[in-house]
Amino acid sequence: MRRYFGRKLLTYSITFFVAATIDWMIPRFMPGDPVASLVAKQAGLSSAGATALVQYYNDLFGFQKPIIVQFFDFWAKLLQGDLGLSVYGHGRPVVESIMGALPFTLALLIPAILLSWWAGNSFGAMAARRKWMDNAVLPVGYILTATPYMWLGIVLAFVLGFSLRIFPMSGGYGFNLEPTLSWEFFTDLVAHWIMPFMSLFLVMFGGWAIGMRNMVIYELESDYSRYLEALGAPQGLVRKYAFRNAMLPQITGLALQLGVIIGGQLVTEIVFAYPGIGSLLFNAIKSEDYFLLQGIFLFIIIGTLVANFIVDVAYVIVDPRTRVGMRGGTA
Amino acid sequence: MEMGKSRVIALLAVASIVATACSSSSVSPSPAAQSAAANPSTGASSAASAPAASAPVVGTSPTPNIDTTVYTRATTLYTSGKQWGAPSTWNPLDPNAAMGVVGLQYETLFLYDPLKDVYTPWLAQSGTWDSAKTTYTIKVRSGVKWSDGTALTADDVAFTIAMAKNPVVGSNLWTSGGVTAADATDASTVVVKFTNPAYQEWAQWIYNSPIVPKAIFTAKNTADLFKFTNESGVGTGPYLYKLHADDRMVWVKNPNWWATAALQLNVQPQTIVDIVNSSNNVALGQLIQGGLDLDNNYLPGIAQVVAGGYGITTYFPGAPYMLPGNTAVLVPNTLKKPLDDPAFRKALAMSINVDDIVVKDYGNVVSKADATGLLPIFSKYVDTAQRDSLGVSFNTAKAKAALAAAGYKTGADGFVTNKDGSAIKLNLEVPDGWSDWMAAENLIAASAKLSGININPTHPDFNTVVADRNRVDATTPPKFDLIINNDVQVGNTPWTWYDYVFRQPLQVGAAENRNFESYSNKDAWALVQKLDNTPIEDLATMKTITSQLQKIQLTDMPIIPLWYNGAWSQVNNSVWTNWPSDKGNQVIPATWNGYWQMNAILMLTQIKAVAKP
Repeated sequence: MRRYFGRKLLTYSITFFVAATIDWMIPRFMPGDPVASLVAKQAGLSSAGATALVQYYNDLFGFQKPIIVQFFDFWAKLLQGDLGLSVYGHGRPVVESIMGALPFTLALLIPAILLSWWAGNSFGAMAARRKWMDNAVLPVGYILTATPYMWLGIVLAFVLGFSLRIFPMSGGYGFNLEPTLSWEFFTDLVAHWIMPFMSLFLVMFGGWAIGMRNMVIYELESDYSRYLEALGAPQGLVRKYAFRNAMLPQITGLALQLGVIIGGQLVTEIVFAYPGIGSLLFNAIKSEDYFLLQGIFLFIIIGTLVANFIVDVAYVIVDPRTRVGMRGGTA
Repeated sequence: MEMGKSRVIALLAVASIVATACSSSSVSPSPAAQSAAANPSTGASSAASAPAASAPVVGTSPTPNIDTTVYTRATTLYTSGKQWGAPSTWNPLDPNAAMGVVGLQYETLFLYDPLKDVYTPWLAQSGTWDSAKTTYTIKVRSGVKWSDGTALTADDVAFTIAMAKNPVVGSNLWTSGGVTAADATDASTVVVKFTNPAYQEWAQWIYNSPIVPKAIFTAKNTADLFKFTNESGVGTGPYLYKLHADDRMVWVKNPNWWATAALQLNVQPQTIVDIVNSSNNVALGQLIQGGLDLDNNYLPGIAQVVAGGYGITTYFPGAPYMLPGNTAVLVPNTLKKPLDDPAFRKALAMSINVDDIVVKDYGNVVSKADATGLLPIFSKYVDTAQRDSLGVSFNTAKAKAALAAAGYKTGADGFVTNKDGSAIKLNLEVPDGWSDWMAAENLIAASAKLSGININPTHPDFNTVVADRNRVDATTPPKFDLIINNDVQVGNTPWTWYDYVFRQPLQVGAAENRNFESYSNKDAWALVQKLDNTPIEDLATMKTITSQLQKIQLTDMPIIPLWYNGAWSQVNNSVWTNWPSDKGNQVIPATWNGYWQMNAILMLTQIKAVAKP
């Protein structure tokens, strides 16, 4: 057991180093000079003002230093939990920007992913069992999963937000409110959350339901199911085994989804102007913000690795074959 | 797993989601329910807690509204347009300061009205040149108080002028500006001494630069000045910092604003919430639904929205809807062939059908620029007779003739070639996503094609455009062929425009923000400097100089003026009315940096609440 996890941890450490290094490199290969762009956006600066601003930004972000020094600085600071300063935020710490956006993304995506996974799997498994449900779930599932998040988001915003005015169209909470621990603020928060949540939940739900339905049917047709049936095992037992086998890829899928959760749902957040990581990432790309991009991707890398690790653990629990493999036996 | 049970639970889950949705929706959009209690410092966000701790209760008469956490709709003004990212600094000397820091919180010595060319004393009681025009005496207004209760004095003003020596502030006041001394001679008098004064720039400084409190900024006046973010700072203006979040900036009325007693001016909104720009569809939705009162973004199709009966209005009821805000120009790279040839540039100018862009691209919300490129507010400086004789306008036949006369022969593909016979293909770059400019460049290319000029419209990302545009060093020509630019905004002096066109020596690197076309003309630059050194009252001399500059510009065509971009502004009249318009209060209704002190602050005293709170 210890060897198994030890090996996993080593793999993860190497992966992290390589991924973080690539993460550091990629934004620096983008064309253009972020400081020049920042200054170029300041129309009406005097020439002395522009010169002063360029000097200030170059010092602030350390762009004057040789590239290799910037790389070592990156690692030294990273190990202290410092992700640098955001160019888009004009020198605001990246960690602060990410932490401000993270609660919105997590509150949006964790319920959307978990609920859609759970509901989708349940419906999918049920659909595989009953013909009439299959006829209903299959087309609905296909339509939902084929719907682009953005399109569904715009439709929801137009119908529920603009025409019927049931939900607010944009933002994380009302612009007339200050964040307080009050019932009023909480309900407002939920009202702003509903539409982005629904657009994510519905699309994901379709995908999970289709996947589960297909997997269960596949498992029910497999040799071991036929063998169990031939032995006279009750239908319930056969289904139970089929379901457990069908769950495995779904668990992997769930873990991968949870891993990239930190990246937020870019298009959904943009459509609803939801102040999560997705919107932040979009702005970071637009303003060529090395540090913010790097910081967000780093969170995604860590998220993916942690989620993978959890899957490894979950597999040990869910799949007896993994336990056997760990002891060196063969299933 | 038991399937029957899971199905029930799944259905329950869906039902509960729907139920939550319905119950919450009925509560949320009701800003009318005002809670007068609650301390904002209980908020989860660090952004909100900081200001609450120092909730600015000033003087002896705090208004009950200062501590509210739900803003009453009827007394709150919602704006958007200035802020392209989370508010990050409230240092009024930092050009990135949040919306309203200069104007709402910090104020200037004068206000300037660009529509009437009038300076109004603001923090200054008066400002006068001596007869030799080398000493400028500022009388500081008495009775003005900083929001911490201390009085504004001549010391603060002299200190602020002295701060312009700090390179970080980025001012040429003490260099080319000509200032040699700025001393407070008594509590309310500042004497500023000049040698060879740059009158035009000084006139700009007195209305454009905020006065800061000496007591607070003395310790900050270092190379790290901009690291001082000055959240919840101490200003003299009509609004106080309330809070900010990543998507908003909130100001609350200063009950002790000096102008209420001194000038009988009263800003109407209790609270101003500035919303960070998001996408066009979101902004348009907010504006139409009344979640936004004043929007300063370019919203495509605004003419239809104004006609659509949503209660949305603009400065003019019909075309061009907006006041002009800046001139969009086509910038040729004059260091490259064939754009180094004035004859070719003139033919290029003749080949572009700007009217087509105004109608097809903008739906008439912009207007065609004057051949001199000067904004309409500077029309008195236009030598009209000279412009009419030297200026060019769209004429395909004349463009073709001009090209042929200059020795450009037409190749087999119908496009003109260089004089050495090589093909001409000019890349025109505008930033990706700037949809109006992307449409414009296609129309420019199509129009130029008729005259035989091959323009290839491209739209790389903004950073690439900037990288291609800027000169790397003094000898290497920049990469671009043609770009569109509109950096010169409304202001007090045509000098800004000519400085932009003719600036010498050529700047290089990231700080480049003038003379993108790399046009070098020593005579023109001497005239620009002479203009700067002409007193603003000496209109005759200013006109003589600008006429000479126009002659050079119209003859050599270093840049090609296209259209006037609007001072984009659309307002919703459901909560606030009496907005600026050509029939009523003539003020540019803009929240961008630099516009509050160009009289936009008066707009806040003019608008009227529809419902009484």
